[in-house]
Amino acid sequence: MFWEQLLNGLTLGSTYALIALGYTMVYGIVQLINFAHGEIYMFGAFAGLFLVSFCGVNIVLALLGAMAFCMLLGMLIERIAYRPLRGKSSRLSALISAIGVSIFLSTLMVLLAETNTRRYPDVVPNHSFHLGSLDFSLMQIIILLFSAVLMVGLQLMVQKTRIGKAMRACSQDLDAAYLMGINVNRVISFTFAVGSALAAAGGVMVAIYYNAVWPYMGTMAGLKAFSAAVLGGIGSIPGAMIGGLSLGVLEIMGVAYLSSSYKDAIAFGILILVLLIRPQGLLGQKISKKV
Amino acid sequence: MNILDAIISQYIDPYYLRIMILIGINIILALGINLITGVTGQLTMGHAGFMSIGAYTSAILSMQFGFSYVLALLAGAVMAALFGIIIGIPTLRLDGDYLAMVTIGAAEIIRVFFLNFEPGGKAVGLAGIPQHTTFMTVWVVALIVILFNARLLNSRIGRAFYAIRENEIAAAASAIDTTRMKILAFMVGAFLGGLGGGLYAHYMYYINPQDFGFMKSIELLNMVVLGGMGSIPGTILGACILTLAPELLRIVAEYRLLFYGALLVILMIFRPNGLLGDVRIYDLRKRWGKKEVESCQS
Amino acid sequence: MPVLSLENISQEFGGLRALDAVNIDVAELAIFGIIGPNGAGKTTLFNIITGFYVPTEGSLIFQGRNVNGVATHSIARLGIARTFQNIRLFNKLSVLDNVRIGCHGVSKCGFFSSLLGLPAMLREEKQIKEEAVRLLALVGLYEKRQEYAENLAYGEQRKLEIARALALKPSLLLLDEPAAGMNTGEKAELMDLIREIRQDMKITILLVEHDMNLVMNICERIAVLDYGRKIAEGSPFEIKSDERVIQSYLGAGA
Repeated sequence: MFWEQLLNGLTLGSTYALIALGYTMVYGIVQLINFAHGEIYMFGAFAGLFLVSFCGVNIVLALLGAMAFCMLLGMLIERIAYRPLRGKSSRLSALISAIGVSIFLSTLMVLLAETNTRRYPDVVPNHSFHLGSLDFSLMQIIILLFSAVLMVGLQLMVQKTRIGKAMRACSQDLDAAYLMGINVNRVISFTFAVGSALAAAGGVMVAIYYNAVWPYMGTMAGLKAFSAAVLGGIGSIPGAMIGGLSLGVLEIMGVAYLSSSYKDAIAFGILILVLLIRPQGLLGQKISKKV
Repeated sequence: MNILDAIISQYIDPYYLRIMILIGINIILALGINLITGVTGQLTMGHAGFMSIGAYTSAILSMQFGFSYVLALLAGAVMAALFGIIIGIPTLRLDGDYLAMVTIGAAEIIRVFFLNFEPGGKAVGLAGIPQHTTFMTVWVVALIVILFNARLLNSRIGRAFYAIRENEIAAAASAIDTTRMKILAFMVGAFLGGLGGGLYAHYMYYINPQDFGFMKSIELLNMVVLGGMGSIPGTILGACILTLAPELLRIVAEYRLLFYGALLVILMIFRPNGLLGDVRIYDLRKRWGKKEVESCQS
Repeated sequence: MPVLSLENISQEFGGLRALDAVNIDVAELAIFGIIGPNGAGKTTLFNIITGFYVPTEGSLIFQGRNVNGVATHSIARLGIARTFQNIRLFNKLSVLDNVRIGCHGVSKCGFFSSLLGLPAMLREEKQIKEEAVRLLALVGLYEKRQEYAENLAYGEQRKLEIARALALKPSLLLLDEPAAGMNTGEKAELMDLIREIRQDMKITILLVEHDMNLVMNICERIAVLDYGRKIAEGSPFEIKSDERVIQSYLGAGA
């Protein structure tokens, strides 16, 4: 029972982590809570569904297609709704703009696909495996492995590549990075693209795992994933991974051992507790107040 | 007041009356957010939580305990204010987006609590709340709230709030107990949230936890940001516009929210400080050739 | 009895020793200067005195009372006011409001009397405004009282910070590089202003400044910090001729 719940928790948590990465990367560079990120995740799930159902492509291509689509979507949003505000207005106006985008996107999807819940056709065989007393499904394995691959890939990209170095520079100090000749707009655009692709991957996998796609799926997932990012220490990539995984596990455990009716409250309760004890999140750096 | 209400309802179409009542309630709610976020600079994104506490408390008190309308409203507001203090406490250690996250989280926890709250009818909600809230009650309360707000913001306490928003360190060096002031701002803001919630419950006849979700908090915050942070006239204007907008956009039917979302983006691009956020009476008078006005409200 | 005594004050930031056993006594109604190269710990010292940091070791005695660990706003209320090296004004508020906020510590109207506009509150408001206007006239910013603080010129912003600090009716005023960014004329005005504050308002002044001309001119006593240690203290004349000070700070030409 416990190990099964742990596995369920890790599965859920790795999808939170995928979404949380997008929040944390964007926040790390432009200090914006990208409220539209949950909607990008939702669009990813729908894009995958569209490719599978209407274009008849196989699921792997559909997943990659959804990721590519959301990359463009993320860059487009940044270009239209955030870049014009950058540098000349408060962070709060950027936040409101992000909320505007979020409302726009979820309504757009309601118009395109209506509010009812849709399902993916059977794209992943419903195998279940046994390991001792532990039961798990093929989809869980796929989620855990693919999330791990994406996260390791992201970490390598940020640490080893030229653009990764530019991203790190921008997150330290945007102005200084600009003065050092880094094309800041390109880096930000790239960050949105990568974050959105990860969210899309999360969206497609969650949609298959829980067998449900609907236009408002992004709201709660987005809030939880953002909590995960804050929990881990916003701006920190490993923090988002750890925050996502621990939030997923704690939530599943809470539901299993406490009460299912308080499911949504558990994640936020944990978040508030952690922030009160460690205001900078688990892996966040303590910023001492400069006088 | 009853007579006035009777006269008003005779001459004004029920549809317009309803919109005007909702505008009044939203002004009260938005002024609460303005105090916390606009004036004191502490981002709150969970005002619907305070609203729901006021709504449920007052509704249960007047339905099951026979409280009078005024007493029920006050009790709801006081209850919300108590929660405001509790939620204000994290402001000692957190600011900016972390604080925003705590307010979102707290509001969600409150919502989930009401979803499981037996006396509040759980997910079904509470029906049959006496419809005491009328045009006159809402607007009398709204005017009192506006008046008190204006007084407060032009006082020593109000200036301390603005000082915290502008520069917390300099505020502390100017002998302002920033911790106490921030909690005070949360308390008063939450009080107004609870008051608005009580008025809302006694107008709508029926409430349910989903009325007070995250989107409601955002909708209320938008009124302040749109109108102009820290400005009372701005907040009132924002509340009017955003209450009317869905009605005016009714012509575009299901595209309504699509326009609403796009409108927010466009407004933020072209007027990032809100409609009246950077307009001062002083500057206007100067432009019109008059002089000598003072006001803390930017 | 000195107004302010720092006894063996040390401050560590994660292993870095920013101040090392500093002892300073500031006499009543003195104009006391603290000089030293960048990073010597001068501003850290100010932050300790005003309660932003609690010193790792040592004690801070103000008017005979140990104020170690007392919160910033309470220290301000006790009568220590300051200005900031990197100007910290309430930018989006008017010049007048900046000074009125400075009066916070010496006025007392609470929440409810503010809300209701009781006569006592209105009376106090009137006093606050008169005081603010008087101080603005003193620093020469009366004409600009309706401007946003952020729209003032640099030198004016420094003056506004002084006016705001004076509104607290302090007995000790800390000035953190008050002359930075001022031209020669403004500096001369500033010196007159500092003397006037001491003379007419009976306020002790402790200042950090890089402009040697200004420091040597108005300070009666000077302490020199270097790498967190006090390396010398004395009259301007003594400091000017101190070997170690010349070596580490003033340079051979001074």
